[in-house]
Amino acid sequence: MGVIVNGITKLGQVTTYHVQDAGRMGQFLCAAIGGCFARPFRFREVVRQIRLIGMNSMPLILFIGLFSGMVIGLQGYHALRQVASEGRLGVFVSLTLVRELGPVFTALMVTGRAGSAMCAELGIMRISEQFDALDCMAIDPFRYLISPKLIATLISIPILTLMFDLIGIAGGYLSGVVLLGVNPGAFMTGIEQKVTDADIYLGLYKSLAFALLIVWVGTGRGYLLHKIQSVGFGAEAVSAVTTQCVVYTSIGILVWNYLITAVCL
Amino acid sequence: MSVEIEFVDVVKRFGSQTILDHVNVKFTGGQTTVIAGGSGQGKSVSIKLILGLMAPDSGHILIDGVDITKISKKELNEIRTRFGVLFQGVALLDSITVFDNVALPLRERLRLSEAEVKSRVEQALAQYDLQGQGGKFPAQLSGGMKKRVGLARAMMVEPLVVLFDEPTTGLDPQITKDIYKLFFETQRVYGFTSIIVSHDIPKVFNLADRVVVLGQGKMSVFEQPEDIQHSTDPHIIQFVQETMGQVYSSSYELA
Ligand SMILES: Nc1ncnc2c1ncn2[C@@H]1O[C@H](COP(=O)(O)OP(=O)(O)O)[C@@H](O)[C@H]1O
Ligand SMILES: [Mg+2]
Repeated sequence: MGVIVNGITKLGQVTTYHVQDAGRMGQFLCAAIGGCFARPFRFREVVRQIRLIGMNSMPLILFIGLFSGMVIGLQGYHALRQVASEGRLGVFVSLTLVRELGPVFTALMVTGRAGSAMCAELGIMRISEQFDALDCMAIDPFRYLISPKLIATLISIPILTLMFDLIGIAGGYLSGVVLLGVNPGAFMTGIEQKVTDADIYLGLYKSLAFALLIVWVGTGRGYLLHKIQSVGFGAEAVSAVTTQCVVYTSIGILVWNYLITAVCL
Repeated sequence: MSVEIEFVDVVKRFGSQTILDHVNVKFTGGQTTVIAGGSGQGKSVSIKLILGLMAPDSGHILIDGVDITKISKKELNEIRTRFGVLFQGVALLDSITVFDNVALPLRERLRLSEAEVKSRVEQALAQYDLQGQGGKFPAQLSGGMKKRVGLARAMMVEPLVVLFDEPTTGLDPQITKDIYKLFFETQRVYGFTSIIVSHDIPKVFNLADRVVVLGQGKMSVFEQPEDIQHSTDPHIIQFVQETMGQVYSSSYELA
């Protein structure tokens, strides 16, 4: 009997905690969005964050984009040749990139580079009482610190995604046309005819949704570190929460991606 | 004009540990109250309660008659704009320079022009003996220097209430004296209400209008700092012997 009562109590506690946690994250998101409209607007901080989150991720994104495009070109070529449609390689590569791989890979890379960094930065600020200090100076941490990251990520990720798509298509061209001898005209006209505005918008919606997710989880887990159960204390808590941030964001990106695709197709 | 702070029947617990046990105390406006007491007795917690960073388990904390346990975040922020705070751990923003830390309240709250910010910050850095340190980052400073940056930042906005948690712990005696002197002079000019947590007994008595000793969950108020030596409470006698005894014996040894 006692075991059952204990079990139910435990279950209740765990449920309560997760509901509260979700509530805090929801409140956090509202405050972060609200902070974007608070005055004075920290324009220079937004620019600095675009440099940190966007510009600094560029080399990695270009590198990964190129190789992804190349390998899709390679695989696509061999698959399409079996049905004697190598000419459609351009369509295959570009649609795969624009609709799916561009947004997802870019978001996953930015999660690893910038999402985790935001989470660790805010987590350290939390444990060293820097947020308490801001509170006591009546400086809004959202306007001052968090919302600029949100704006910068919302600007950076769609641009990075576009770059990923373009260099990926170039990579596909490289392996398909230059190395395997697909007709260049067929490759290019295929892209022009089959990649529609709808495809490009789909990629854009996805990248915006992922950007929001990355900042929300990254800054939210760091900022709320002191409220999170069973991550330990101090440096260990920061590391645990940063791991949590990368895992949650990555899962979120993949699930969201499936849902958006399912709804839009 | 001066702001009064009052604890009404405040209880604060962490788990089974009772830190404040039905505490009633009034921090008179325009006066300097020193909170003394052994380590781990709840001095820092008391400061955080006043700041609204922690909530009491029961009871009320009144600032100018407003119960801060009952107000919205926005109203609390309004009250906090009158505070100048130094945390025990200082809590400087560690990814910006000393200059930017001290300038923070001027830029973000008062929204002064950069020229004005620069002149005020330079002046404050000089007052706290930090000339030429503006370009350094907090990680590049000694503990004592960090404290002084924290003090400069706290005093930047001419606060009505000053809350300092161990402002001089870890500073050398000469700088401690200079800081107390500076504090005394600014207090006389601005007449702010101040609460200072300090172990510098009896040095800090020169500054204190009143002393509150915190121990065993209670706050004992001494209207005259000297009264503390005539207390009959065994805990306080012990505390006085431990702290003052040390000071006297070390000066005796020096002589
Ligand atoms: N966030 C917290 N969670 C649990 N216990 C705490 C917390 N903050 C302080 N305490 C406990 O409260 C007591 C008083 O702490 P504090 O106010 O920091 O002491 P001091 O008088 O030295 O400043 C200590 O025993 C400390 O362990
Ligand atoms: Mg303390």
